[in-house]
This record gives sequence, structure tokens and C-alpha cells, in this order.
Amino acid sequence: MATALKINGKTHQVDLPDDVPLLWVLRDEVGLTGTKFGCGVAACGACTVHIDGEAVRSCQVALSDVWGDVTTIEGLGTPDAMATIQKAWVDHQVAQCGYCQSGQIMQAAALLAENPSPTDEDIDDAMQGNLCRCGTYPRIRAAIHDAASKLKEA
Amino acid sequence: MGRIGKIVRRTFLIGSAAIVGGVAFGAYYVTRPAANPLKPTKGETALSPFVLIDQQGVTLFAPRAEMGQGVKTTWAALIAEELDVDLNDIRVLHGPAAAAYYNSALIGESLPNKGYDISNFQHNLGEALGVLAKPLSLQVTGGSTSMKDGFERMRMAGATARETLKQAAADRLGVDRTALTTENGAVIAPDGTRIPYTELAEAAGKIEPPEVALRDPSEWRLLGKSIPRVDVPAKSTGTATFGIDVRPEGLKFASVRMNPKLGGAMNGFDASAAETMPGVEKIVDLGTGVAVIANNTWLAIQAVEAIDVDWGDAPYPSDTDALFEHISKAFDDAPNSTMRDDGDVDVLPEGATEITADYTVPYLAHATMEPMNATALYTGNKLDLWCGNQAPTLIQMRVANTAGLETEAVDIHTTYLGGGFGRRGELDFGEIATKVAMAMPGTPVQTTWSREEDMRHDYYRPGAMARMRGAVMDGKAVLIDGKVASQSPTQQAVKRYTGFSGGGPDKVLVEGFFNQPYAVPNYRMSGYISDLAVPVGFWRSVGNSHNGFFHETFMDEMAHAAGRDPLDFRIELTKPVYAPAAGCLEAVKEMSGWTGKTPDGVGRGVAMAYSFGTPVAQVIEVVDEDGTIRISKAWIACDVGLALDPAIVEAQMISGMIYGLSAATQEEITFADGEVEQYNFPDYDALRMQNAPVTEVRILETQKYLGGVGEPGTPPSMPALGNALFDLTGKRARSLPLNTQFDLLV
Repeated sequence: MATALKINGKTHQVDLPDDVPLLWVLRDEVGLTGTKFGCGVAACGACTVHIDGEAVRSCQVALSDVWGDVTTIEGLGTPDAMATIQKAWVDHQVAQCGYCQSGQIMQAAALLAENPSPTDEDIDDAMQGNLCRCGTYPRIRAAIHDAASKLKEA
Repeated sequence: MGRIGKIVRRTFLIGSAAIVGGVAFGAYYVTRPAANPLKPTKGETALSPFVLIDQQGVTLFAPRAEMGQGVKTTWAALIAEELDVDLNDIRVLHGPAAAAYYNSALIGESLPNKGYDISNFQHNLGEALGVLAKPLSLQVTGGSTSMKDGFERMRMAGATARETLKQAAADRLGVDRTALTTENGAVIAPDGTRIPYTELAEAAGKIEPPEVALRDPSEWRLLGKSIPRVDVPAKSTGTATFGIDVRPEGLKFASVRMNPKLGGAMNGFDASAAETMPGVEKIVDLGTGVAVIANNTWLAIQAVEAIDVDWGDAPYPSDTDALFEHISKAFDDAPNSTMRDDGDVDVLPEGATEITADYTVPYLAHATMEPMNATALYTGNKLDLWCGNQAPTLIQMRVANTAGLETEAVDIHTTYLGGGFGRRGELDFGEIATKVAMAMPGTPVQTTWSREEDMRHDYYRPGAMARMRGAVMDGKAVLIDGKVASQSPTQQAVKRYTGFSGGGPDKVLVEGFFNQPYAVPNYRMSGYISDLAVPVGFWRSVGNSHNGFFHETFMDEMAHAAGRDPLDFRIELTKPVYAPAAGCLEAVKEMSGWTGKTPDGVGRGVAMAYSFGTPVAQVIEVVDEDGTIRISKAWIACDVGLALDPAIVEAQMISGMIYGLSAATQEEITFADGEVEQYNFPDYDALRMQNAPVTEVRILETQKYLGGVGEPGTPPSMPALGNALFDLTGKRARSLPLNTQFDLLV
């Protein structure tokens, strides 16, 4: 039986077993490959998406358990119309290999939605589940602070 | 053994000693130009393998693996600098696997010199030998060589294309070429008329390219400046295509399991449970492993894990202790190399104090963020392979062999790499994906490894041991006698790539050991190879990754024994030999406000390592916070000769350091029953936001040659941290990782 999912504002009918994680529905069924597979055990954060605005590890949410509207990195902004947080990522030249950055950005976006003025400690707490093997942490931190101030100006 | 095997063997002889024969041999091949791999269709003109122009615009080719180090941007900038195009207005592509895209800097690195001390003759010899990479088709990204390789050649590619386009315009206008200028993708006529390159390309393609001189660096618009990376917008919006993201029409999804007893046989398997699982389309017997093709990657992973496999034993001692016992036995044999032997280390100078120390570091995994994967489409007489890889021509030859095709029938599509660190220079992921796709001809199949499969089937940084003996007198080091033992990634890799065993002195095993710029009168450094079958490979900074820890921890121990400040002790020893290294040490001294004294609860350590042509000094500060030790700050100074893009150099220095600190603090691959005991990130983690230090970088440009930047940040990080912990606690770490000895914030 097909399951209906609302992803980035659009409804998709998905015909896969109930226990397939949202990550693999997005990547292999819906064709939204911006959300990445890193570990499959919620240890790296590369698969982070929003469900009703909350940052979740999509590798741990079964298809039948998706409780709300899904937003992926593609729904946050596009190369021609970037979200403020994405623009900050570009301004600070954060990405190196770039593989973890979709998850980093989705996690950071959820942090800023909840806490418009995060301290360094708030950033440590919110971002420590997101692994980056290139070690881009200093620029991620700078980009989050910058996005926070730009969002306040807006 | 094929032709390539023979040629590669000659090359490695060059690396060892037989230089003259090698050059003569190479001269025959290198006089023949490599074919241009770009096949322009109607309306396109390929002015060289690196510049293609059509009606839509200019495309530059950067045929090096973009794995985060920024090579796509700086490579394109080298061409654009001379071609006069704006990076925002052009496309940059990786291009196909091709001999024309050989790495000219890789072979010169294998010459048996120390690097920092080479004469102009040796430097030129290294460059001359570099052309050997063309007949060898060595299109490889590694060894921090891309900028050394591309610096002259790519500017020349841009300049030649520019002058050819100008000649086409001159012919059209009936004026002399010297009367014309170029600007932002167009030739400018004397009357100011702009003729876009796109209108001139077809005519330019028929003109013999003129001789050109390169512009003076004072005229540079792009090089030497921090410019926006061409890959960053896509990587910030989820639109960059990594290997795991390719989606050819009709794609199926597979996953694989190989023997966790690495290199062991597969005695048989029972896939009856997997066959009926949801989404499963086919079970594939790979001979040495199994794969499942399904309609979804996760379903393929579930099914492949449900296969009951009878695995054969590992061809090496089954646990970590037995492996290191075996490695230590290598010290009993003759050394494989003694690439430094100054003075007489057998005689202790009168009045000197002798010290000794033994060190051990573990096997390490690369753990790239993107697990190994590749996508293949096999049709019977043609093979397409999509993957992030560091060696397109090598992988092309390998999978052609796997599929029983000529290399010309194999197209390699190189995507972005979700991390490389040396892992994606291997060929296994491409070979496995090819075998899987051959089970379903005509259908593209993407084979993705689970994280567990990736971590437990790596080509590991080998575990290594060192035995150090030294002597100090009057506050100076007067003797160092060092021995390092480990498996040889180079010998194993040569065998993997070519099928024959490489021999001779292994420079890579002792890099960072024999070639450190310290004035010590009695100085002997030897390498011992331990022959074990654990798969080992090239891990960011390779031999330097363990030798940096051995050499620079021992340097600290000697400074301590000499009663000297460890930073001043090093500056004194490097200054007479290689001023740029001393300059880096002086820079971190100033940046960190180093006084040699730290308050209670704070420790500082320093290390300097010269690798890939770049000296790097680091000071690391640790703080005791209620019994837990945090790495709070770091200062890095490097001398790269010329910083082609300072923001990228800075990023690579921090990245290399964090990669090293991640390993030093907590990473270790161990074995039990012949299998790797670490499965996933909870068993093999890295630094994260909360425990990465606040870091300041200073880039110096005093040395004569262009140094590498992707790897040199790694070697000094591990000893700098260990030395800081000694400063804080008085406890000397002679093995890694450190979280087994200290209560670190990890």
C-alpha cells in the first residue's frame, strides 16, 4: 500500500515496505539525493532533515513513522535562491569535500529557528551530533553566528 | 603482467636508484604527445586537453579528484589566469580518464632526496622525470602534488589557448596578434571591439599554437588571492553530485559483503532467506563475497546481511597483539633502508647523556564521510563506471580487465568525492561494482557499502613501531639513531595495481623520519618492513603520519633531557639547515605568545614536521577542566613558498591538523579472530564541534619551491598534542590513541 509523504511542500505516494528509513525513501525513491547516507546508526548527522521543523536523523525514521511534513536541503533553498543559512555557508567557504554539509546546514537551520542568538556553547550542544571528517568546524561556527546576525537584521 | 606493469616497475627503480636508465627509457615514450581525450562534437573546439570552447562558452578541465582540498578551483584558476576568463562565467569539469591528464609531480617525489635540501639540478631532474607519468597514464590525485604538477603546465595551457584565439582574431581582422588584448572571455581589437572566444574557437582550432611566455606574477588577477570555490554553492544546497548520488535511468541498488577476515576465502553461502526479502532482485556470487541487487539500497543492505556465509580464515595473525609482535620482529632483520647516516651513531660523544624510547601507533581507517560506492552499467561490449576516485586511469585499466574489455571500451565518470584521504586511490570499490553490474547486463547498478563494510574493509594506515636512541650535550641534540618498522603500503599498492612485487628502498615508509631538517651531527634513520598480509594503504600524509609522532615526540624528550625549552631547542637545530622550518617555529612562538611557562591546569606542546615540501609548526594548548582535558587552542604556521589561494591553504592546514588530532585522541583499528573490531563511528569517532580547538593559521612564503598543502598539516598534530599533555601532566605518551591514557574530552 502506498504511503503519502509531504516533502518540500509536495505530496509523494511511496510504495515501499513500512520499515524502510526515510533517508532511503528520499534518496532512492523520490530522487532527492542532497540528504546523505553516512552511518545508518544516527552517529554522524549526514542524513539530517526536518520533520515539522524539527531536525531528525532520517536514517532512524521508518517510512510509516514519518509524523509530519518533511523538509530536505533541497527544500531549504536552491543555488539561485539560497536560504540565509546557505548563503552564510557560501560566504564563509565552509565546505571542503562537502558530503556532510547538507546535514550540518539542516541541523544549524533548526538551531537558529529555535534559538536566534546561539552562544558558542549552544552551537557545541546543537552541532556535536554532526561529524565532519574534513574538520570544517571553525567555519561552520562562524557561518552560524553570521547567519544568526543576518536573520535578525532581516 | 601487462605493459603497464613493466613500465611501472621501471619507474619504481627510478625511485630507488637507477635514474639514468630510467630517463633514457622514458625519453622514448615521452616524446610522443598524449592523445587529446576531448572529442569535440560539431560546434565545439578543444584547444588542448584542458580548454574546450563551444557556442555556449568556455569549459576548463580540472582532471584531479575534488575531495575537499579545493583543487577544482585553483586548477581552473591557473588556466583562467592566463586565458583571461572569469570563473563565474565558465564551466569546470573533471573530464575523462586519460593519459594526457598525467600527474607530472608524483614521480619526482620518489627521488631519494630529503626534499628541503635539494639542489636546482635535483629539482629539475624531478620535473624531468615527471613526464614519465604520461606514458604510464598516471592520472593520480595524491601526495599533495596537484599544484606542483599544474602550476606551470596549466598556466601554459591557458596562455597557449589565449594566444591561439588572438591569432584567429588577428587573421580575421588583418592585424598583427600583438595589437590585440584579451579580457574576460573576449579578444579586444585595437578599436575596442570585443570578439568573444566562442566566435573565434573554430578558427583557432585550425591554427598551430604559438610559443608563449607566462605572465609575471605581478600581473596576476586570481592567483595568490582567496577566490570563491566553484564547488561551494552546490555543496551548500545539496546539488553537488557525489558517486552515491548518480542516478542513471533505470538504476538498481546493491550492497555487498566481503570476508571480514581480510583476504580470506569464501567457502560457500546460503542466500535462501535473502532471496525472498522485500525488494530483492538478484543475489550475486562474487567468488570472494556476496552482493544483493534490489530496488532500494537499504533493502539491499538488509538482504545481504541475511545471507549466511562460511568465511575462510585470515592470512595474517588473528589479533592485534600478535600483529604487533610480528611487526617488532622486523627490527631483527636487516633494514630495508637507511636513507640518512650522518656521522657515527655507534659512538656516544664524550660527556653526552643518552636517552632511549620506544613508540607504537595503531592501524587506522580512512573513514571517509561517503561510504565506498560505485555505479556501473555493463552492456557486454561497453562499461560505464561512475565514482569518486583518485586514480581514473588506474581504475579504468582495472575494471576493463574485470569486464574483459579493452580500456577504450570503458568510460570513467569521476564525481565529487565525499572524502578521499587516500582511500579512493584504491580500486576495490570500482571492481566490485563492475562485477555486480555484470550480473545484470544493460541495467545500471549502484553498489553502496554499509558503513560497517567500509570501516572493516579498508586499506589501513599500518600500525607502526619505533625504537629511538639519542644523546644530548650542552643543551643540544648530538645524536639520533632511529628505527621504524611497519608494513609497506607502497609495496602492497604496487602489487595491487600491477600484479608484481615492488622492491628496493621504500622512501614512503621513512618519509618524515629520515628527512627532517635538524642539524644533528650523528644522525641515522632506518626503515624495517614487516611482511604481513593485512591490507594497508595510503592514509593522509602516509609514512609521515606515524613518523611525525615518533620523531617529534622524541625531539621533545631530548629537549627535556637537555633541560631546554622544546621550541627554542628546535629553532636552534633547524635554523642552520633549513631556515623556512625555523621561520615556522618562530611564527608559532610569536602567535601563541609562547614563554615556555603555562599556568596551572594548562599545558602546551609544539611540533614541527617537514612533509610534501612544506614545513609546518604547530603549538597545541590543552586545559584541565575538572579532571577532563580539552584541546582548547592551536596555532599553525606553514611555509608553502607561494600560497596560490590563501583561504584554501588555511582550510587545508586546519583540516589536516583535525584529521591528525582525531586519530591521536581516539582512533584505533584493532583485530580479533582475524576481523576488525570497529564497525561504525561509535567505535571509531573523530573530533567534533565541541572538542575541535580554536585555531589560528599563518602562511609564510619564504621558501624557494611550491609546497603541498593537503597533507602537511597532519604529521605535527599528533606529537604536538602528546607534548602538550606531557607539559600538563608530566606523563609521556609513547603510544596512540591518547584517550586510553588520559581523560580527554572526546
